[in-house]
Amino acid sequence: MTPLWLATIVAAVGCYLLKLAGVSLPESILNHPKVQRVAQLLPIAMLSALVAVELFDGGGRYSVDWRTLAGVVAGVIALLLRRGFLVVFLVAIGVTALLRLIT
Amino acid sequence: MDEPLPERGAILRAAMGIGLYAMAFGASFGAISIGSGLTLPQTMVLSLVMFTGASQFAFVGVAASGGSPFAAVPAALLLGMRNAFYGVPISEILHPRGFARLWTAHFVIDETTAMAIGQATPRARRFAFWTTGMILFSLWQLGSLAGALVGRVVNPTDIGLDAAAPAVFLALLWPMLRRREGRWLALGGAAVALALIPVAPPGIPVIASAGVALVGGLLPSREAVTQLQDTEPT
Repeated sequence: MTPLWLATIVAAVGCYLLKLAGVSLPESILNHPKVQRVAQLLPIAMLSALVAVELFDGGGRYSVDWRTLAGVVAGVIALLLRRGFLVVFLVAIGVTALLRLIT
Repeated sequence: MDEPLPERGAILRAAMGIGLYAMAFGASFGAISIGSGLTLPQTMVLSLVMFTGASQFAFVGVAASGGSPFAAVPAALLLGMRNAFYGVPISEILHPRGFARLWTAHFVIDETTAMAIGQATPRARRFAFWTTGMILFSLWQLGSLAGALVGRVVNPTDIGLDAAAPAVFLALLWPMLRRREGRWLALGGAAVALALIPVAPPGIPVIASAGVALVGGLLPSREAVTQLQDTEPT
């Protein structure tokens, strides 16, 4: 089994076990206000960290592909115009693909 | 069954809307996953077993960043933690026992929880949970498979798929940025990750950003916990 396969299975089963813990653990543990707050804030900090890494990590050093960046900025403009997920996705990849084609 | 459920039609329509959105979301996941270097079976194991969108995107995003694929595991688990907290309202609604608990747990995600707690009666809540869960699960798999097949025949960067992951994360993040607290946390998470890029091994910058949420959550806040409920991702 390759490391990637093992990591895939561990992460997938782990995420399932988290769901199972939620419907099995005594309510008093999960209902603690501080614990709930941290759980609600985790996705905010981590999703923005993922964006930063996707855009500016060139393998342990800073690097940016301006065509990718331009596509993501176009996606943000679509978000500002209150477009849905599908439009944001298509705008971002469309702009990046177009810039890559003509440059 | 006893008398028909009055909200049945409305719940079915809402669940179909969520399902179609999930199919597009799943297709982008499938293509990005293949572009990140995962195989088609690995992609489908994530969609079938992990079955929680943000964690799946995080896993393939970190796995693609080079280094050990095991750095992707804590990133996926930390993002999947919120599903454990959805278990509290879902247990109150469904009271799953024994084997039913094993089966029910798999469907406890953002969308099914939001649909279930949004209904007025216990019967409607149960119906909404299972209807949304079944439709979403089916269309998520279909979308993932279609996206993965497209990702296999096309060079991902040629069709701009390297822009897809950050754009998708921003779209997921967007509703949470309406609050000032959310904007500060997002800035903090991104800043920690950026600062660590040249010094930490791959995957660590993303995992370290969880510390920002830990500090933010344990500090006293002027905003009540109940006010945060509507900032959860969908």
